[in-house]
Parts: sequence; C-alpha cells; structure tokens
Amino acid sequence: MSTDTATPPRAEWPLWEIFIRSQHGLAHKHVGSLHAADAAMAVKNARDVYTRRNEGVSIWVVRAADIHASAPGDKAALFDPANDKVYRHPTFFPMPDEVKHL
Amino acid sequence: MSAVAPIEVPSRAATHAGDASLDEALLALALRQADSPLVLAQRLCEWIGKAPILEEDIAQANVGLDLVGQARLWYAYAGEIEVRMGRVARGEDDFAFRRDASAFRNVLLVEQPNGDFAHTIVRQFLFDAAQHLALDALARSRDARVAAIAAKAAKEVDYHVERSADWVVRLGDGTAESHERMQRALDALWPYTGELFDADATDLALAEAGFGVDPRTLAAQWRETVDAVLADATLARPADGYVQRGGRDGRHSEHLGHLLCELQFLQRAYPDARW
Repeated sequence: MSTDTATPPRAEWPLWEIFIRSQHGLAHKHVGSLHAADAAMAVKNARDVYTRRNEGVSIWVVRAADIHASAPGDKAALFDPANDKVYRHPTFFPMPDEVKHL
Repeated sequence: MSAVAPIEVPSRAATHAGDASLDEALLALALRQADSPLVLAQRLCEWIGKAPILEEDIAQANVGLDLVGQARLWYAYAGEIEVRMGRVARGEDDFAFRRDASAFRNVLLVEQPNGDFAHTIVRQFLFDAAQHLALDALARSRDARVAAIAAKAAKEVDYHVERSADWVVRLGDGTAESHERMQRALDALWPYTGELFDADATDLALAEAGFGVDPRTLAAQWRETVDAVLADATLARPADGYVQRGGRDGRHSEHLGHLLCELQFLQRAYPDARW
C-alpha cells in the first residue's frame, strides 16, 4: 500500500437508482438512474431529471451498489416451477366490483 | 415564447386601477422583477451542453426555465399596465427582444459572466436568497396581480435557494481547490449585492401604498441567511466596500450588451419570426 500523501484518484460519483411515485400511483416505480455524490444530491437531481413534467409526488433513491439482483442464469430454476401451478392465481374467485386496486 | 400555459390570475377588476403615478411605479416594479430573472436565465442557458455533469446541466436549465416563466408573467403584467395608462400595447416578446440595454432594469449581479462553476453558483445563491425574501414580501402586495405572480414565483425560488445554498456548502466545504474558487467568486461578486437592497422613490412609493416592499427592510434577513450558509461552507463573508449599482436604473456593465446580442439576435434579424 502507498502512503496517503498522494491526491486520491478522481472517482466517479456513485450511481443511484431512482424510484418515483406518480400522482395516482400506489407504489414507487423505477424510472432510471443518475450519478450523485450522496443521497441528498441524488434526491435533488432526481427531482430535476425525472419530475420535470409533473410525474411525481414522492422520490426514493437507492445506491445501485446496494441492490442485489437475482442471477439471470437462475431464471429457469427460480421461475419455471410456477408455470404449471395455475391454482395459485386468484382467478377462481369472483371479485365484487367494489374492490379496487387488484 | 408561446408554448407555456398561462397561470390563473385575478381579473383586471380585482387589481389596482386608476392612479397614474402608482401605475408608473407598478410598471417599474414589473420590469425590475421581470428583467433580473430573464437575464439570469440567459446566463444559465450558456451552461447547456457543458455543465460539469449531465444532471447539473438539466438542473441549470430547469432553473433557467423557471426564471423565464417568471419573467413572462411580469412582462405580461407590464404590458397591461402600459395599456391602461394609454400607451401602445407591448407583449412579452417586445420587452424581451426589442429593448436596448439601457431599458433593462435588472440588477448588475445577474448579468455578470458565468465564470467558473463557483462564480455561477455564488451568483445564483446571492440572488436566490434575496429574491426569495422579495417575492415572499410581494406575495402580500395589495395589488392582486403582483401578489399572484410573486406567490407563484416564490414557490419556485424556494427550491432554487435550497439548491444553490446546498452547492455553496458542498463546494465551499469541499476540496482545497473548490474552496479557493468559491471564496474568489464570493469576493468578486460581493460588491454587486448592495444593489439588491437599494431603495429609490419608486420603491418607497410602492411600499407606502402597500403594493411593493422597501428592499432595505429585507437586508438584515438576507444577511442572516447568507451568513449561516457561508459558515456551513467555511467561507468568509467579504468586507462591505464599494457597491456596484445602476442596473435598476438602466446603467449596466458592458456584459449586458453582449448578452442581449445573443438573446435578441433572432428577433432583431428576423422580426416576428415564429417557430
């Protein structure tokens, strides 16, 4: 290891994934990503980059590095077994008209 | 300048009417309130395509567009005041594109060149912090139109000042180089801040009538805000010295003429050109 006297290398700002809850939306949806030095700046940047056309009422930001994803290679093992289990779908129950958001 | 939906504003009947000298003062107020954001917006446009990072590029343009929107509302009102004074009707474009530098009433601070990013941010913060207070006060104007326009603009400037203050702290309390650049920008721009709180006969007449605000009454609170942010940013407030003033009376630095060359070129070369 070198000593700490040298100027640290110029690093890219970390990448943040941006989630916006729209006017009538119930959940935050992923809308894209951007760079920012910290969470506060990420929220401000998200406001300017992703809510310019009145898209949102709430913003979440998450460091991209903190998101753990399933491996594309595991797709078959993870998801195929659900294919033939049609009885898990709620389509066999009649739903009253008054029930919203399903 | 035609694609933006107008905001809802009270009808003419609800506004001040009649008194000619007050109309003259209101016209001056509208143009001063319009010209500063327009000129600053033009400066911010100069960053488009070359801001330090993509996100900031978009953010600067957003702030610029807010400011253009504010200028439009004030110009539209200025035009109406002129009409009720019996003068020739002028539209937003006439005010923006067909006046010479000496007819502009913006403060000198906003026409100063962008310089480096530190200059741009310091200029923005010093202006935002003052504008924030002025618009809050104007939102309580007895003139319904002034109050409505100021209230709408104040909401936007709330965000502008939060954003520019944030950058002042980040860069002032950043690296040795960013700190030095910020201090240099602050020292260079400080002499232009005195003009933000100048009061002339027009301001006093409007304040007296409850239509405007005496800018001097805003200075202490502005200084408090600025001091708090500069302290966080580890920047030293420059000593008060010579004050650069004149913009509000149409006496500008040489920078404004060059800025207007670019801003007005199209309408000067191709009058009435449309998209």
